[in-house]
Amino acid sequence: MRAARLEITPSCRPRLPRHVHLRFDALREKPMVLAPEKVLWPDEISAAILKRCDGQSPVHEVAEDFARDYAAPCEEIEADIIAFLQDWADRLLIEAEPGETQTGSAP
Amino acid sequence: MTIQPPLGMLVELTHRCPLQCGYCSNPLNLLKADRELDTATWLSAFKQAEELGVRQVHLSGGEPTMRPDLEELVSCLSGRGVYTNLITAAVTLTRERLFALRDAGLDHIQVSFQGARPETTELVGRYRGAHEKKRAVARWAREAGLPLTINAPIHRLNIEEVPEFVELALELDAERLEIANVQYYGWAYLNRASLLPDREAVMRQVDYVERTREALTGRLNIDFVTPDYYADYPKPCMGGWAADAFVLTPDGLMLPCHAAQSITGLTFDNIAEHPLRDIWEGSDSFNRYRGTDWLPEPCQSCPRKEVDFGGCRCQAFAVTGDAGATDPTCIHSPHHDALHELGSAGEIRHRAIGRAPVDA
Repeated sequence: MRAARLEITPSCRPRLPRHVHLRFDALREKPMVLAPEKVLWPDEISAAILKRCDGQSPVHEVAEDFARDYAAPCEEIEADIIAFLQDWADRLLIEAEPGETQTGSAP
Repeated sequence: MTIQPPLGMLVELTHRCPLQCGYCSNPLNLLKADRELDTATWLSAFKQAEELGVRQVHLSGGEPTMRPDLEELVSCLSGRGVYTNLITAAVTLTRERLFALRDAGLDHIQVSFQGARPETTELVGRYRGAHEKKRAVARWAREAGLPLTINAPIHRLNIEEVPEFVELALELDAERLEIANVQYYGWAYLNRASLLPDREAVMRQVDYVERTREALTGRLNIDFVTPDYYADYPKPCMGGWAADAFVLTPDGLMLPCHAAQSITGLTFDNIAEHPLRDIWEGSDSFNRYRGTDWLPEPCQSCPRKEVDFGGCRCQAFAVTGDAGATDPTCIHSPHHDALHELGSAGEIRHRAIGRAPVDA
């Protein structure tokens, strides 16, 4: 239970909760996410975003890197990443450090 | 057809349980402790299951904590990268044991509550002081940093407590609440005249859960197992027979679903005698209703056949006597109307090992 719904912002620093595991399934040859009573199969781009959810990188920085890697407009990429992470946060699969606190203060 | 590897496994480690719920999902003939597999056989089965493709395991029972080797079993699975979920009634679980299970690698715990009120929990499970014991275990789970699911099996005796179950889940800092309308097989089928709620109560509940789930988005995950007796179409039971999951019984039978033993025409293989892969890929019980080629009419020409795969085989068998029939919860089944002929409500027959109801 969360006291309030988490809102994903460009400055927040998302991470996977301790009990949500991003893995590569060698048998099925694709990335998988193991969570309470759920198994999810993120596509390649989603998995790349999740891999950046380390509690350190703010969303806008991840978006900038992706914009460069995929040669796409940063604003669009950022909007897509926020929508994706918001959907996952709404299913309690993503946590985030708020944007205001200093980098490196994550427990 | 191509047989996909299994992803999930439900392990019923034991039929022993301190509770006596009248809708227990165990079979009517409950096994005594001397029929249970030993530790080495379980460990071998878990290794095979992981190699076969299983990535998430639900350790259940009966009450799985009755097994003294539970920590070792969890440790084996988690060491192989398998996600472990403990499904427990929690009344016999100590704080020390719970922390030991967490240290063995347990990922998630599901605690059942028979009622949102202490008197209902006691009435349904017939265990004195059960409610407070469950609340204590839920608190220890959060203290141990384990994500918590509250499982609420819903039926006529507690359907009006659904809003209180939501409050309980919020209070106990649960991550998930499973509002699980009882599915009518085995014990629940035997007691269905006493347990099946009336249609109006079910509709109020559906309405409440949908609104509340929306309002609590991002705070509490509410999963809703709907009461299919009042549905127009069947549930996609197990995502299709032998599609991506299986069940192991305390004595080592490998089943396509937990109620499959109720289908008397099928025989099941034992993992102590056959490799899991051979049973998954080659056994008659798994292949009989796998895929959609076997489906009868009206399912075969139905546009929903890839949605619900003809529904549930156990329900078809329980109501029509033919496991290969259309699930009678479907409006296109000729047996759909018969579903609501329940007979009169009698006293609930509670589960107890060694006291199987012979007339079932």
